[in-house]
This record gives sequence, structure tokens and C-alpha cells, in this order.
Amino acid sequence: MTANSLRSPFRDSLLAFSGGPEADAKNKPHLIPVTRTNYLPERDADKAPILECIDLGITFGGLKAVDNFNIALGRTEIAGLIGPNGAGKTTIFNLLTKVYQPTHGTILLDGKDIATMSTAQVNRAGIARTFQNIRLFHNQTVLENVMIGLHNEMDYSMAGAILRLPGYWRAEKIARERAMEYLSIFNLEGHADDLAGSLPYGAQRRLEIARALATNPSLLLLDEPAAGMNPSETAELMENIVKIRDTFQIAILLIEHDMSLVMNICEGIAVLNFGRIICKGSPDDIRSDPKVIEAYLGRKGAEKI
Amino acid sequence: MKFLAYLVSGISLGSIYAIIALGYTMVYGIAKMLNFAHGDVIMIGGYISFLAATNLGLPTLVSVLLAMVVCTVLGIVIEALAYKPLRSAPSLAVLITAIGVSYLLQNAALLIWGANPKSYTPVVEGTLHLFDGQLSVSYVSLLTVACCIVIMVGLTLFTNRTKMGKAMRACSEDKGAAQLMGINVNRTISLTFAIGSALAAIAGALLCSFSPTLMPTTGAMPGIKAFTAAVFGGIGSIPGAFLGGILLGVIEALAKGYISTQLSNSIVFAVLIIILLVRPAGLLGKNTQEKV
Amino acid sequence: MNITKKSNKVRSDLLTYAGVMLAFIVLTLLKNNGVLNRSMTGLLVPICCYIVMAVSLNLTVGILGDLSLGHAGFMSVGAFTGIITAMSLADAIPSVALRLALAMVVGAFFAAIMGFLIGIPVLRLKGDYLAIVTLAFGEIIKELITCLIVGSDSNGLHIIFNVTGSKSANDLNLAEGGRIIIKGAQGATGTQTIATFTAGFILIMITLVIVQNLIRSRHGRAIMAVRDNRIAAESVGIPVTRYRMMAFVTSAALAGAAGALFGLNYSNLAAAKFDFNTSILVLVFVVLGGLGNIWGSILATVVLYVLPEALRSFANYRMLIYAIVLILVMLATNNPILKSAVANFRQRFQKNKEEVTEQ
Repeated sequence: MTANSLRSPFRDSLLAFSGGPEADAKNKPHLIPVTRTNYLPERDADKAPILECIDLGITFGGLKAVDNFNIALGRTEIAGLIGPNGAGKTTIFNLLTKVYQPTHGTILLDGKDIATMSTAQVNRAGIARTFQNIRLFHNQTVLENVMIGLHNEMDYSMAGAILRLPGYWRAEKIARERAMEYLSIFNLEGHADDLAGSLPYGAQRRLEIARALATNPSLLLLDEPAAGMNPSETAELMENIVKIRDTFQIAILLIEHDMSLVMNICEGIAVLNFGRIICKGSPDDIRSDPKVIEAYLGRKGAEKI
Repeated sequence: MKFLAYLVSGISLGSIYAIIALGYTMVYGIAKMLNFAHGDVIMIGGYISFLAATNLGLPTLVSVLLAMVVCTVLGIVIEALAYKPLRSAPSLAVLITAIGVSYLLQNAALLIWGANPKSYTPVVEGTLHLFDGQLSVSYVSLLTVACCIVIMVGLTLFTNRTKMGKAMRACSEDKGAAQLMGINVNRTISLTFAIGSALAAIAGALLCSFSPTLMPTTGAMPGIKAFTAAVFGGIGSIPGAFLGGILLGVIEALAKGYISTQLSNSIVFAVLIIILLVRPAGLLGKNTQEKV
Repeated sequence: MNITKKSNKVRSDLLTYAGVMLAFIVLTLLKNNGVLNRSMTGLLVPICCYIVMAVSLNLTVGILGDLSLGHAGFMSVGAFTGIITAMSLADAIPSVALRLALAMVVGAFFAAIMGFLIGIPVLRLKGDYLAIVTLAFGEIIKELITCLIVGSDSNGLHIIFNVTGSKSANDLNLAEGGRIIIKGAQGATGTQTIATFTAGFILIMITLVIVQNLIRSRHGRAIMAVRDNRIAAESVGIPVTRYRMMAFVTSAALAGAAGALFGLNYSNLAAAKFDFNTSILVLVFVVLGGLGNIWGSILATVVLYVLPEALRSFANYRMLIYAIVLILVMLATNNPILKSAVANFRQRFQKNKEEVTEQ
């Protein structure tokens, strides 16, 4: 890794990544109340939350897909969004990234309302995401995928590109090096020149995270990052997610069905059913909540337990 | 009264567009391809019925039926030779092939029948005079409108009530699932092409009765316009094709009558663009959104 | 590995430039030594125009991924604005080369404006709907230009928009010494043919520089990202509409420049020349050359443009043969068995090459 070439704001943190001290992820999370219904990790409590949703909701032809969604996310929090299939989890991601326009409610990103922003503007404001059904740029190489993520970090103009002015060469060189560094986080540097579509499934998921990270977000949304991975891949992913948070000091919100992953790395968890939060709190709170058990197993199943 | 005359001629022209558009829309709905050769099948239908009537001296109805048979066979053959091998190919490859087929038909017609326009004898002659002769409606117009309505109703019943029709709708929605349900997808697609081509033959006879010059390029522009009509109404929708065809004909007739003959096509296309901007899937089309 | 792949792309770009230059030199030598016959020499400028058309359409269809069926419309705008420019400045600018260059710039400029105006509605649509609207615009442009009557005299340009078809060139009221440039449906008549093969070559080179350098930049990657996955492109902060517009307008501008050159190659040119069939012709070049493959577009244009001429001895059969060749090529290139065989061969070939370099 050629650290001296970086102009990245997280230059030091990237260095820390490649061998610096790892934060102690096993520390039991300790949430403290910030507003009436929201909780933040203790270390983030003195700063305003990175994301705040207030009474967020969307209606599809009379169906309340998401309703009364309230959440606050600490600046370095790893939070989970769980719930049965069709509960509205991905819909919430689509609302946060403005793929869907909320019917009501407010989304505050770092205190700023994103109501009028487009998907691309939301990304530039600081939210990056991955997709449940992987959405890579299949016909471009792995390296190019990450370089597209770096698009807004480069600043040369179209004329500069066509005339190949010095700014073009400089920006391209830096972008290439930074893209390689992001790839190395996910052990993908060996695949840099392969077509993204030719990667195995697990590698595609990792590449999607690398591409999202390249946009320099302050909040990363991961939609089922462990789907289709085997236990050892999942374990590695878990480690990586914590590492990303520690090195880049960003918040991560993830949707996941793998309970071991959620319970192990998430500090705060929100459980969704029929578009509403039925329970919110630390992993321990969630585990013991009868409403959660009922949502997953049904009333009869819950009674049996 | 002038307005009424334009309206009548627009509706009958629109009915021809509608018949062609029905063929387009069925093929598009099921094969998801822009069949640019459809207009040229119309031309072939026109030639066959013309030759059968003038050279062989067959009665009009028989010559049109013969044209339908020939076009049906032609449609099935084209599909089997040129489109079936490309079922899994990118849509642009199929489009270019369809253009190739269109060139092929036009140039084959040019070689066989020559470039000189033939003057087509209308399938029915005579004119109906209304309002003391102030409004005259040709019998061809009446026949065209009647044909169009019969075909539209027939096709709607066919796709909704019969087993084959239901298979067709299943294929147009999801070929893989249809196949798993035991539907013979290839045969269903062939059948669709057969129906579309038979309709093209009828449209050919009516089109040439309406404007009786028959050339190898006769089908090209009506083909494009009928395709526009199908998009107008929402491609894939049978009532949509009917509505789109009639509307297109009326707009064209009114534009010619009141604004400019030279710009009539432009006006038609401009209306199409405006409609697509307001309703991106056409008037009766269903707007499907990509799931994220 | 990174380095080799990168240089592969750069190398293919450079090879394209080299190939075009070589072809230009060889053809110029052949022409000057009288080896090429008259009909072949007459093809040189149109081939250059169609190469630029194909490369620019490839930007829309191959790189941006939107099917355009109205590319000839932009060529038409470029052709007639170019002709008007060159003809009305015939006295003011005696230098033919300068006038030609100016005509191409003006043609590109107006085609770009047209591209922008059309792009606003067109780029709100997708897929086949987008295609049909580009077709519609192509036809609209054709009919609008058919209504134009233009002349110039010492007072400047006189333009009549002949909607009803009742006006003629006499209504221009030109002063003495004025000339009629465009006569409605008849199109441009009496144009000074100032287009040259050298100008065509320079235009191709400029087009290649613009398109190839664009593709290898952040803008080009953004455009291709939109093609591959629009939603993912938005999610990484790419303003999708802006980049679609960028590709569309660039493509239109290049087509306009090609049109200006084309228009100044014929003394008589009607707007009907730039119809749907011309758009399709160029699309066929692009698809057969390979989507996104610039070198392929050039090669396909040359082969397919010369083919009907070469088949001239077959007289009426030539377009029939052309159609059959077109269908067979499409069937062959999309045949799954043939495709996998080619892929196998390529893999083996590359392996051999790698082994050789390792030794």
C-alpha cells in the first residue's frame, strides 16, 4: 500500500487498517436514551446523531408499507434492522436513499433534511448503500467499479478528459491507487482487472461494499451483506464490518437475516413487522422481547416457548 | 360538415392502423421484439390479393383469403428461420435481424413485381352519400371500420376465453413460468406470428383499397405509423392498439385538413411524444417499475 | 496484471488511430496515382461521414445503452446548417478550408442544440419507448427541414417556413446577386461541393479523440455505469440525467459535423435523404461492429458501405444479397454454439500468448 500517495481524509485510519490496533468490538454495547424513544451508544451521545428519522412512512396504493418509523443512529454506531420477509426493511433503505419518496415524515442526515434531494445527492451528502440483489456494473472491471464510486472525488472536467490535461492524469492516478486500497480491504486486489460480473457471489457482495465505501460516506447501508455466504465468509464479513466502522469512523445500518451476525456486531437493533417498529434496543433487549418472538414464530409458536 | 368528413376519413384510416397495430402489439407482447418486417408483410399481402384478383381472376373475398394464407405461412417461416434462433440473443440483435428481413421482403418484391406502382382495385366499390350528398363515405371505409371492430372483439375474446389465448398471455408475462406450466412456448409464439401476419394480409387489402397504389415500399410507412399507434395505446395491450390506431388516424386526418399536409406526420409524432411524456407506458399500458 | 490490461486498452486506442492514419495515407496515394476509379473516389467522403456517424451513434447505443433510431436527424440538422453557413459566407470567406471547418463547427453546434432539446423529453423514457420517440423526432426533423426555403443576399439570410406548401423560392425576395440555398422539398440545390477526403480524415480523428478519451475518463465510466445499472449509478452519487445528456448531446454534435461534411459533398441534397432508413443504416454499422467497440464501428462501416457498391454488378440483386448477408451475420454472431467456440479459441489463444511472454 503506497500510503504517501493518498490525499484521502482517512489517510491515518487506512494505515491503521493495515495493522493498527483493533478496537475492542466485543465490548458489550451500552445504549443511553437521547430522545424519548431513541438510543445512541454512549460514546456517540455527546454528538448529534448522524441519521434521524422522524415519523417516516410510505404508502403504496393504500398499503402502509412503512409507518411511523422513528430511529436515531450514532456517528459510529453499527445498527441492525431485522424483521420477517416483507416487513419493509428494504423499503426503508429505499426511503433513506430517496429511491422512493416518503409519503410523510422527515429524514435528517447529520441534522440536514434530505427531503428535496435526489438519490445521487443523498449519496453525495453522505449515505452509501449496497443492494439485496447485487447491483454491480457487470461489464466493467472490478477496479473500474470502485473508481466509479470515486467519481465525485475526482474533479477534472469533460474538456480536461478529452484533451488529457495534466489534471486528468493526476486525478486518474490517485483514483486508481485509492481504488486499489479499497479493494485490498476486501482482498479483491488480485481481481482488479477481472470483469465484475465474473466474480464469485461472495466477492461480488464485498465489491459492492468497497464501491459504496469509495463514495466516502458517513453512513453505510448494507442490505443483507451475508446473504448467500458460508459461515466462514460470514465470520470474515463480520470482522470486516467492525473494522470498517473502526477505521473510517462511520455509522453502519444493516439489514440481515443471519441472527448471529446481527446479535454479535450490532449495538442497536430495530425489529420491524408490517412496516412498523415493534421493538428497539440492544441485542439483549431484543432477544428477550416477547413481541419479537411472536413476529418471527407467530402467536402459537411464541406461546409454546 | 368538413370536420365530419375529416373525422370519418380519420376513423377509417385509423382502423387500418389499428388492424396493423394489433399485429404489432401481439407480437411485441409475446416476443418482446419490434418486428420491423411487419409492414412489409402487409405489402406482400397486398400484392398476393392483387395478383389473385387481377391475374387469376379470383373473387375478391377468395383472393384476400389466399393472401391471408400466404402471409400466415410467411409469418411462421420468418419467425422460425430468423427470430427463433435469436430467442436468447440481445434485443438489439433481434431488431437488426427484423430490419434485415424487412429489406429482404422489400427487395424480393422489387425483383418479382418490379418498382412500378400497381393500381389496386378496391375490395368494395361505391360510396354512401349522407346529408344530401354533403358527406360521402366510401363503402371501403365502412368495411374497414367493421373489420377492425370485429377483429378487435375477436382477439379480445380469443386471448381471454380460449386455452391458446390464455397460453399466449401467460407467455407474454413470463415465458419460463409458462413453460413450467406445460405450455409449449415455441408453438405459442409461432401462433402469435401467424395471427399477426394474417391480420397484416387483411390490413394490406384494406390499405390498398384505401390508397390504391401498390409498391414494394407501400408497407413501410404505415408499418411505422401503426407501430407508433401501438405505442400510443400502450404496447402489448389489445384495446390499446385499437384506441391508438383510431386516435392516430383521426389526428392525422385533422392535421392534414386543418394545419398542413406536409407536416401531418410531424404532428402525429409530436402528439405521440407528448402522450408518452405524460403516460410513459402509453394510454392503456401498465407502467412496471423496477424493483430495487 | 493491472498494468498489462490498462495498456491493452490504451494500445487498442492507439491502434485505432494508427489504422485510420494508415488507411488515409494509402488511400490518398492510390487516389493521387489514379489507381482508384471515379466511383471509388466518390465514396471516400461519404465513408468518412458514415464512420463519424457510426462512432457517434455507438456513443449513444453502445456506451450509453440507449437505442436511438433518429440519428440521421442530427446529421440532417448539421448538413443543412452547414450548407447555409458555407454558402452564405461564400463571398465573405474566400478560403475553402476555413469555410468548410466553420460549416462543420456550426453544424455540430446546431445539432448539439437539437440534441439537447430532444434529450429533455427523450431521456425521461427508457428502452423501446425511448427508441420510438427518437424515431419520431427523426421524422419530425425531416419534415420540418422539408418546409424550409432559405436564400441569402447582401442583406443577410432570408428564411421562409413553408407550412402550407404554397410558397416558393420567389417569395424570398432576394436582392440582386442573392442565391437560393435551400428549396423546400427539393432540398439544397447548387451547393458548392467543398468537402474533401482530408477534411473527412481530420473529422474522424477528432471524433476518435473525443469519444475514446471520453470513454477512458470519469465521465465515460459514469456513462457506462448508467448503462450497466442505473439505480446503482445513482446510489454512488452519479447524476444520471446529466451524464445521459452529456453522451446524447456529444453524439448529436458529432453527427452534426458529419452531416455538414456530407452536405457539402453534393451539389443537390434533399432532406428526405436523412430518413429513418439512414438512421437504420448507421445502426446496422454499429451493431455489426460491436456495441461499444469503436474500431468495430469503423470497420463495419467501411465493409458495409462498400459492399453494396462492390455488388453493383449484381444490379437489382445487390440489396437482396445485402439483406441476406445481414440476417446471416446476425444469426451467426448470436449463435450460442458458435459463440462459445469463439470464446474457447480466444481463451486458448490468450493462454498461448501469456505462456510465450512468460518464457
